[in-house]
Amino acid sequence: MEICHAAGMKRPSAWSDPVFRWLCLGCAALCGLLMVGFFVQLAIASGDAWRTFGLGFFSSAEWDPVAERFGALPAIVGTLLTTAIALVIALPLAFVSALFIVDAPPWLSRLLGQAVDLLAAIPSIIYGMWGLFVLTPIMQRIMASFGIETNGFGLLTSALILTLMILPYICAVMRDVLRMTPPMLREAAFGIGCTRWETARDILMRYGIRGLLGGVFIGLGRALGETMAVLFVAGNVMRVPHALTDGCTTIAATLANNFAEADGLQRSALFALGLILLVMAFLIQLLAQYYLRMTGAKRGER
Amino acid sequence: MRTIPLKTLAAAALASLAVACSPSGDGASAERLTLNGAGASFPAPVYNVWTYAYTSANLGAKVNYQSVGSGAGINQIKAKTVDFAGTDSPLTPAECEEAGLIQFPILRGAVVPIVNLPGIAADRLKLDNALLADLFLGRVTRWNDARIAALNPGLKLPDLAVSVVHRSDSSGTSFVFTDYLSSVSADWKTAVGAGANVKWPTGIGGQKNPGVCNAVAKIAGAIGYTEYTYALEAKLSTVLLPDAQGSFVAADAAAWPILGTTYILVRKDTEPTKMDALKAYFRWCYEQGAGHAVRLHYAPLAAEEAARVIGSVLK
Repeated sequence: MEICHAAGMKRPSAWSDPVFRWLCLGCAALCGLLMVGFFVQLAIASGDAWRTFGLGFFSSAEWDPVAERFGALPAIVGTLLTTAIALVIALPLAFVSALFIVDAPPWLSRLLGQAVDLLAAIPSIIYGMWGLFVLTPIMQRIMASFGIETNGFGLLTSALILTLMILPYICAVMRDVLRMTPPMLREAAFGIGCTRWETARDILMRYGIRGLLGGVFIGLGRALGETMAVLFVAGNVMRVPHALTDGCTTIAATLANNFAEADGLQRSALFALGLILLVMAFLIQLLAQYYLRMTGAKRGER
Repeated sequence: MRTIPLKTLAAAALASLAVACSPSGDGASAERLTLNGAGASFPAPVYNVWTYAYTSANLGAKVNYQSVGSGAGINQIKAKTVDFAGTDSPLTPAECEEAGLIQFPILRGAVVPIVNLPGIAADRLKLDNALLADLFLGRVTRWNDARIAALNPGLKLPDLAVSVVHRSDSSGTSFVFTDYLSSVSADWKTAVGAGANVKWPTGIGGQKNPGVCNAVAKIAGAIGYTEYTYALEAKLSTVLLPDAQGSFVAADAAAWPILGTTYILVRKDTEPTKMDALKAYFRWCYEQGAGHAVRLHYAPLAAEEAARVIGSVLK
C-alpha cells in the first residue's frame, strides 16, 4: 500500500510538466483568441450600420430610431469629454494624495491607504445612486448660485462622478509605485538639498513613470467604459454637448439604454458603437506603449 | 488507515447526494409544467402578481415572467426560448403570420404626464393636447407661459424653466405616450412620430419608469410621463387632460385619454400539453386576474372583448 502510494506520487511528475505547459499555453491563447473574437464578432454584427452609414457614422449627430438614422458623434464626444475632464481633475489629486500617503506617519498612512482601497472597491451602481440623489441636487444649487438654471444632470456631473470613481484606482497604483522607489535615491536627493517637491518631481516621478502611467491608464480604461454611474447622471441626451451643464451620453450608457429593445439597423448601430469603444481602448493602450518606448531613452532606460 | 474514514465520508456524501437528486415523494409536483414568459415591462407589475398568485394557488402550471422589454420579448419568442411573450407595440397580422405567432390583447394601462411644480397640488394643472405636445417639443419653455396661464386662471404658476424628462431606454410606455401625441398633434407627428424610442427634441432621459420618476422628483419644473402605478408609488403630481368630449379628467378616470393596450404572443407550434396550460393560465388571467389588475390601477379588457379572446384564441 505504502509502496504503491509512493510510486503513484512519482508518476505524475513525469507527465505533469507538459500537461501544465499545455494548460498554460491554452489559457494564454484563449485570452488572445477572445480578444480577436470580440473584434470579429462586433465587426460582423455592425456590418449593416457601416454599409448604411459608412464613415458618416462618425460625424453624424443624429440618433433617430423612428426614421432609422443613426450617428455616433454625440456618444463619442460625450465619452471623450467626460473621460478627459475626469482625468484632468483626478490626476493631480491622485498624485498628491499618493505622495502624502507614502510620506505620512505609518499609522496615518495605513489608515488612509485602506480608505483608498475601500473606495476603489465600491461598486459603480453605488456611485450612480449617490450621484443621482446627492450630487445632482448639489450641482443644481451650486449652478443656481452662479445664476445658471440647470437640472443638475449632464456633462460636468458625469465627469465629477467619474473623477471620484477613478481617483482611488489611480491613487492606489501610484502609492504602490512610489513606495517601490529605493530609499537610497530619495535620501540622496534630500542629501544634496532637494525640497520634498523637488524630490517628488525629479526622483519619484522619473523613477516610477512606467508604474504611474500604468495607474493613469487603469483610470482611463475605467472612465471610458463606465456605464451605470454615468447612466444615472448624464441625462442620456443624444446630442453633442455645448456646455458643461448640457445633458450628454456616453457610448457605454447608450448601449446599456438601448440594447434590450433594439433590433434591425439600430442593433447594428449599437454594435458599431461597441466596436468604436473597443478600438478606442485599444488605441489608448498602443499610444501608452509607444509613449513609454519613445521616452525610455530620456529616462536613462536602454 | 487514513483512507478508510475518507472512503466512508465519500460514500456518505454520495448517498446523501442520491437522496437529494431523487424525485421527491410528491409525484404531481414533479410533473408540473413550467411556463416561461418574457417581454414588456409596462404591464410587469400585474404579470408579477398574476404569476405569483397562479403558481401559489396550485392551479396547474408554474408561471414565470421576466420584464426584459417588448423588443427583447419578441426576439425571445421568435427564438423559442420562452413560451409566451408580452409586448406593448403589437405586431402586424402579417408579422404574426410570418413568425407563426398568435397575438391577443390582455390588459390596458394608463400613461400619465407627471410634473414637479412647487406650490401646485396634484390634479390641479390643466393641459390641453396642443400644450402637452408643445411642452415635449420644447416650444413652451417656461411654466408661467401665457398659454398655460390662460388655461389655468386660478393657479399661481411658478417662474421656472420647463425640464422635460423622457425615457432613455426604449419602452412600451414611450410608445403609448408618443403614439398619443402623434394622434392629437400634427406637429408632433411630423417632427418626432411614434415609437418605443424616438428622437426627443428636448429634455433629459431617465432609465426605465423609476428613473423618470426620480428625475422628475429631483428637478423643480420637470415634466415627464410614466405608467400610472409608478406615479402613484412615487407620489408624483399628475395633470388633468381633456377626454374625448373635451372635459378635463384626472388620471384615475375611466375616460382618461392616454391608454395603452398590451398584448401576449404565443407560438402556434407550441406542443399541445403546454398550449393547454397556457390557455388555462390566460383564461384565469381574464377571469380571476382582473381584480388584481384593478387594484394595481390597470384596466382589464372590457367583458365582451375578453369573451371574444376566450372564445376564439383560448378555446
